[in-house]
Amino acid sequence: MRAQIKSQHYIPRTAVGWGTVEASSHDVLLVGGGGAGLRAAIAAAEINPKLSIAVVSKVYPMRSHTVSAEGGAAGVAKPDDSLDEHAYDTISGGDWLSDQDAVEAFVREAPQELLQLERWGCPWNREPDGHIAVRAFGGMKKKRTWFAADKTGFHMLHTLFQTTLKYDPITRYDEWFVTKLLVDDGRVQGVVAIELMSGRIQAVLAKSVILCTGGCGRVFPFTTNANIKSGDGMALAYRAGAPLKDMEFLQYHPTGLPFTGILITEAARAEGGYMLNKDGYRYLQDYNLGTPESKPVLRSMELGPRDRLSQAFVHEHRKGRTTPTPHGPVVHLDLRHLGEKLINTRLPFVRELCQKYQNIDPVRELIPVRPVVHYMMGGVSTDLDGATPLRGLFAAGEVACVSINGANRLGSNSLPECLVFGARAGRAAAEYASQPKPASTAVLAQADDEQRRLNSEFLNKTGGRERIATIRTEMQAIVETSAGIYRDEASLVEGVGKLQQLQQRYRDINLDDRSHTFNTELESALELGYMLDVAESIIKSALHRTESRGAHQRTDFPARDDSSFLAHSLAYRNPDGSSRVEYSPVKITRWPPGERVYGQQTQQQSQSKTTEQVG
Amino acid sequence: MPAVKQPTMKSAPQYTEFHPRWYRPRVSVYWWMGEWHYLKFILRELSSVFVAVFVVETLMLISALRGGPEAYAHFQQSMRNPLVVVLNLVSFFFIVFHTITWFNLAPSAMPVRLGGRRLPDVLVAAPSYVAWLVISVFIGWLVLR
Amino acid sequence: MADKIVLEIARYSPEQDNEPHFESYEVPVYKEWVVLDALNHIKDTVDGSLTYRWSCRMGICGSCGMMVNGEPKLTCATFLSSYADNGKKIRVEPLRYFPVVRDLVTELSDFLVKLKKAKPWLIRKDEPPLSQGEFLQTPEQLDRYKQFSMCINCTLCYAACPVVGLDPIFVGPAALALAQRYNMDSRDQGSAERTAVLAHPDGVWGCTFVGECTRVCPKHVDPAGAIQQYKIASVIDWLKSFVMPKGQTT
Repeated sequence: MRAQIKSQHYIPRTAVGWGTVEASSHDVLLVGGGGAGLRAAIAAAEINPKLSIAVVSKVYPMRSHTVSAEGGAAGVAKPDDSLDEHAYDTISGGDWLSDQDAVEAFVREAPQELLQLERWGCPWNREPDGHIAVRAFGGMKKKRTWFAADKTGFHMLHTLFQTTLKYDPITRYDEWFVTKLLVDDGRVQGVVAIELMSGRIQAVLAKSVILCTGGCGRVFPFTTNANIKSGDGMALAYRAGAPLKDMEFLQYHPTGLPFTGILITEAARAEGGYMLNKDGYRYLQDYNLGTPESKPVLRSMELGPRDRLSQAFVHEHRKGRTTPTPHGPVVHLDLRHLGEKLINTRLPFVRELCQKYQNIDPVRELIPVRPVVHYMMGGVSTDLDGATPLRGLFAAGEVACVSINGANRLGSNSLPECLVFGARAGRAAAEYASQPKPASTAVLAQADDEQRRLNSEFLNKTGGRERIATIRTEMQAIVETSAGIYRDEASLVEGVGKLQQLQQRYRDINLDDRSHTFNTELESALELGYMLDVAESIIKSALHRTESRGAHQRTDFPARDDSSFLAHSLAYRNPDGSSRVEYSPVKITRWPPGERVYGQQTQQQSQSKTTEQVG
Repeated sequence: MPAVKQPTMKSAPQYTEFHPRWYRPRVSVYWWMGEWHYLKFILRELSSVFVAVFVVETLMLISALRGGPEAYAHFQQSMRNPLVVVLNLVSFFFIVFHTITWFNLAPSAMPVRLGGRRLPDVLVAAPSYVAWLVISVFIGWLVLR
Repeated sequence: MADKIVLEIARYSPEQDNEPHFESYEVPVYKEWVVLDALNHIKDTVDGSLTYRWSCRMGICGSCGMMVNGEPKLTCATFLSSYADNGKKIRVEPLRYFPVVRDLVTELSDFLVKLKKAKPWLIRKDEPPLSQGEFLQTPEQLDRYKQFSMCINCTLCYAACPVVGLDPIFVGPAALALAQRYNMDSRDQGSAERTAVLAHPDGVWGCTFVGECTRVCPKHVDPAGAIQQYKIASVIDWLKSFVMPKGQTT
C-alpha cells in the first residue's frame, strides 16, 4: 500500500500502516520546548538514559519566547558576592511573598546551572582574563548578572536546543498543540495533542508530564510577550484540577512600545532619557521620585523602581495628561538630547529596535512608551522539585510558581529560574517515571472524546456568530481595566461579570477555516479558551487579596497586610466549573518580613541583615 | 486503506485525510534569469571563460614571439580582425568584472585579524586594488615607453 | 504615503487545491505596520483561514520568514510603507525551495535534519567537573565565532541559495555556518568529527559562493563567509595531512 503513495504526501510519525496510527508512549513528556522545557529534558536524559523523553511543543523549540530575553541571568559568581545577598535581594524585591526555602535552593543552584550552560557552549561575555563577566542589574545590589551580548535568552535557548540534539532518548514533537491533560486514577497519564501538520488528534501517553509552556502575557492588550504566550499550560493544569498560585501578580515594565509591545530597556533611562507627558513635562517629579536633574540620578526620577513608574503613568492618564494615539494612551521617552553619537555607541540596540520594528528614529523623534505586561509571577503551584499537587504533573519556568519571585520579580532572575527548576523538575519527573506505574487504557478513550469535541465545537459547527479576534480584543481590554496596574473591588467584580459573558460568547465562535492541515485558526480559538480561563483566575485572585503587595496594588486596600496575606493565593476550578480561591502560608526561614524601601534605607537594612546572618 | 479518488478533472485535488500533499514547485532551468543577483552571479562565473580566452591569447602571443618576426607579424594581423577585437573588448570587460568581484569577496573568505578585532572588509580588499593599479601602471609604462 | 495597499497572497490548501493560487486583499497602511500586521489584520477581520507562522514580532524567533515581492524577508521587519510609497503591490509567498504545507507555511523537517548533521554542539575530548569553573575564553576568542552564533534559524538563506533549490541534499548555509561556529569556538575539540559532513560535495564543496545567503540574512551572520573560511581551512588540513598525517588545524 505504501508504495502507491507518492513521497510528497505527509506520513504521520507514528503511522504503522497507511491508515493506522498508534498512540505513542513515553516516560517523561515535556509540554513546551523553551528554556525550562529543554533543560528539563536534558536533566531527565542524564539521570536515566533508558528513559524515553518527549518534547511536545506547538512551535519549533528555537521559536520559544525564551529567545527574546535580553538582559541577563543572575548567579553569584564573584568573591565579593554571597548567596545570602542574592537571596535577600530576591526576597525583599518580591515583597516577602517568596518561599524562602525555594529561594535558598535557587540562589545556590543558579551559578551551577549557568556554568553548566557555559560548558555546553553558551557564549557568555568575558572579562579580559577569560573569566565570565557580570554586570549590574536593577534590584540587584551586587554585580551578578551573567550576560551574552544583548541577547542572553537567545544564546541560552539555542545552546540548550543544540545540546538536546545530542541526546537520542529525546524525541521531539514539533508543532503539536496540546489540548488536554489525560488524567485517570488521580494521576496524569499523558496529553492529547493536535499534530498541526496533518490535523490528526492523538494521545501521547507518558508516566509523567512537565508543563513548560511559559507565561500568559497575551491575556493583556499591551505586552512584551510573543503571540504564543497564551497561558496554555496554566489553563491545562487549572482544568485538570491543579491550583494556580499567586495569579494576581503580573509584572509591568514601564517602557514598552505601545503597538508592538517591544521593550525599551532601562538602559535608555540610565543613559539620561527623560519621560515626558503630553505637555512635554517630566511628570515623574510629581510622584515623590525626586527632582529633575539634567543627568540621571540612581533610584530617582526616571531611574526609580519599575512599579512606581508604571503607577505614575496610570495617574497621568487619569489626569488626562497622556497623549492619545490609535494604539492607546502613551507618554514619551525623549532621547534626542543625548545626541546621535551617544545613542549609537551606548544604545545601538534601542535605536535598532525602534527603527526596524516600529519605524521610529529615537535620535530625531520622541519614543512613545507605556507600561506593558512583561512577566507573570504566578502560575501552576509547585514545590521545590516542580511537582504539582496532581500526581504525575510537574511544572517549571514562567508557567510555574514555586514561588521564588513572590510579588515582584527582579530582573535577570527568570532565566536562571528556568534552568534551576527545569533541571529539578526533569530529575524529579524522571525518578517518578522510573517507578513502575499501572497502565490505563481508559485514557485512550479520552483522546477519541477530545477529537469528537473539537469536531463538534469548532470544525463542524455551523451558525456561530462571533469572530475570535473580537472576543480576544474585548477580553484583553477588560483584563487591563479590571486587573491592570491599579485595581479596586468595583472594577474587579465588573471584570468577573464581563468575563463570564465572554465565556458564553466564546461558545458561539465561528471558524472560517474548517480544514485539517495546519489549522492555525483552530489553534487560536483553543488558545483563546485557555486565555479566558487564565483571565478568570487572575481576576478572581486579585479580587480576594484585599491588600497591596508588590505588583498587586489595590486602591481600596493600599497597605500591605502581613497578618492575613503573608500567604499565596491558590485558584482552583471546581468540578462543576465554578472557581474558588484558597490561601497557603509563605515559607519563611531566615529573613523575617521587612519594609520594601529604596535609597539609603535599603543599603543600611541589607548591611545589617548580612551581619545578622554571619554573626 | 481509504479509497483515494482519482482526479477526474485537473481541479480536484488528491487528498487523503490527515495525509496532506505538500506542494513542491520545480526549480526552472532558467532560475538564474529571473533575478538580477542571480544573473550577476552567473555572469561572474562565466567570466572565467573569458579569463581562459585571455590566457589562450597570451600563450599564442608567447608562441608567436618564439616563432620569430614573421610569426609575430602574423599574430598581430590576426589580432586586428574585427571579430577578435570585439572578443577582446568583451573579454576585457569580463576580466575587470571578474577582478572586482574577486577582490570584494576575498576578505570574507580570509578575514584578517589585527589587535584582537577583525579588520573591515574594505581595508582588506584595498591593498589588492592598490597592487592592481601599481602593477598596471608599471606594465603600461613598460609597453608604452 | 498612500493609505491603502493591496497584498497578493499565495493560498494553498491541500484539501481543496492541487497547486497554489493568489488572492488579493486590500489593507490600510499605517506608519508602524509591517507585512505581518497586514496578515494579522486579514486573518482577524477578513479571512480566518489565512495560515502563516509568527511569534515574537521583533526579529529574534525566526518564524515569520516569507517571500515578499520575490525577496526572502522577515515579515515582522518589512514595513508596508516602503511599498506603499512606490505604489507597488505586495506579493507574499511562502519561502522558496521548501515544500509548501499550506498557504505561507513551509515544511522544515529537512532543514532540521541538516542542522543536526552538522553536529552543532560543543564536542570535548575531556569533561572536567563543574567545580573547576568555566572554560576560559578571552573576548578576542569569543569575537572569532560570535558572528556565526547569531543565526536565528529563519531559513531565509535557504530560500535565497540557488544550490539549495537545485540540489536538495546540499547541507545549506545556516547548518554549515553553525558547524563553523563550533569549529571556531576555542572550547570545542570536535572539528574532526564534523569533517565528514562539511568537507563533502554536499557540504561546503557544494557551495559556489553565490553570496545571496549573506545578503538576505537579517542577523548579518555571513554564512557565505563561514563556508569559504572552512573551505580554505579544510584544504590546508588536507595538504598538511600528507606531511603530518595525524596533525590538524581546524
